[in-house]
Amino acid sequence: MFIRWSAALAAAILLSSPVLLQAARAADKLTDPQIAHIAYTAGVIDINAAKQAQKKARNKDVKAFAADMLRDHEAVNKQALALVKKLNVTPEDNDTSKALSKQASDELAELDKLDGAAFDKAYVANEVAYHKTVNGALETQLIPSASNAELKSLLQTGLKIFQGHQQHAEHVAAQLK
Amino acid sequence: MTPGRLAASVLAAALLSISVPAHAATIEITMENLVISPAEMSAKVGDTITWVNKDAFAHTATAKNGDFDVTLPPNKSATSVLKKAGTVEYYCRYHPNMKATLKVEP
Repeated sequence: MFIRWSAALAAAILLSSPVLLQAARAADKLTDPQIAHIAYTAGVIDINAAKQAQKKARNKDVKAFAADMLRDHEAVNKQALALVKKLNVTPEDNDTSKALSKQASDELAELDKLDGAAFDKAYVANEVAYHKTVNGALETQLIPSASNAELKSLLQTGLKIFQGHQQHAEHVAAQLK
Repeated sequence: MTPGRLAASVLAAALLSISVPAHAATIEITMENLVISPAEMSAKVGDTITWVNKDAFAHTATAKNGDFDVTLPPNKSATSVLKKAGTVEYYCRYHPNMKATLKVEP
């Protein structure tokens, strides 16, 4: 299952990165501390992308979208931190989290080279793709693998929010055309 | 009770029974866990909708036809008074997968 998710991730955003596939071969099952770490990392990635967009975006809908992403992902991650504290779980760094962070910082660097309308378009297109990938991972891997009921429930809420973000990003992308 | 008082209270009761049906209702619509409930609701022109956001995330109740656009901060509620009849489809601008319908009768 983990390999399938990684394959999907690779297909969607990590075509040039062999890191995740290697990580997938090494790991056989995701633990709750790893799942919590991956979910939190995925949130941080989108927060950083939103912060960059707030500085660089020109279009007002894109700016507003970035503000929405910042607010929601911070709220989700705040809930995630409260939950791991309550459950006395220490999120555990892992190869998937590392690969996601590496890929995201490369993407930030790429987007940083763009300005104005070109940036707006690339940021929103990346948001559509990124949420699609994260939602696929939540749906097929992270949620089914989670053992703790509260963690599972938070991931399910996260999925509904991020599906909303994906639709929102698709609307904004359509308006930019 | 004097006949005068009795008459007065009968009159008051009569007035009350007339005014109650005409009085506008307050209807509660809740957003919790990214779900709007009830998803379908009927109301009348003049009724007040109390929008209750039970999530830690901001939501909006945005009518597709522009009749209303209410922003709901996390764990807050807001009200709007219905002014026009019609079937209104509305959604959350931040999470467009949250959708519901409000039937406003004249």
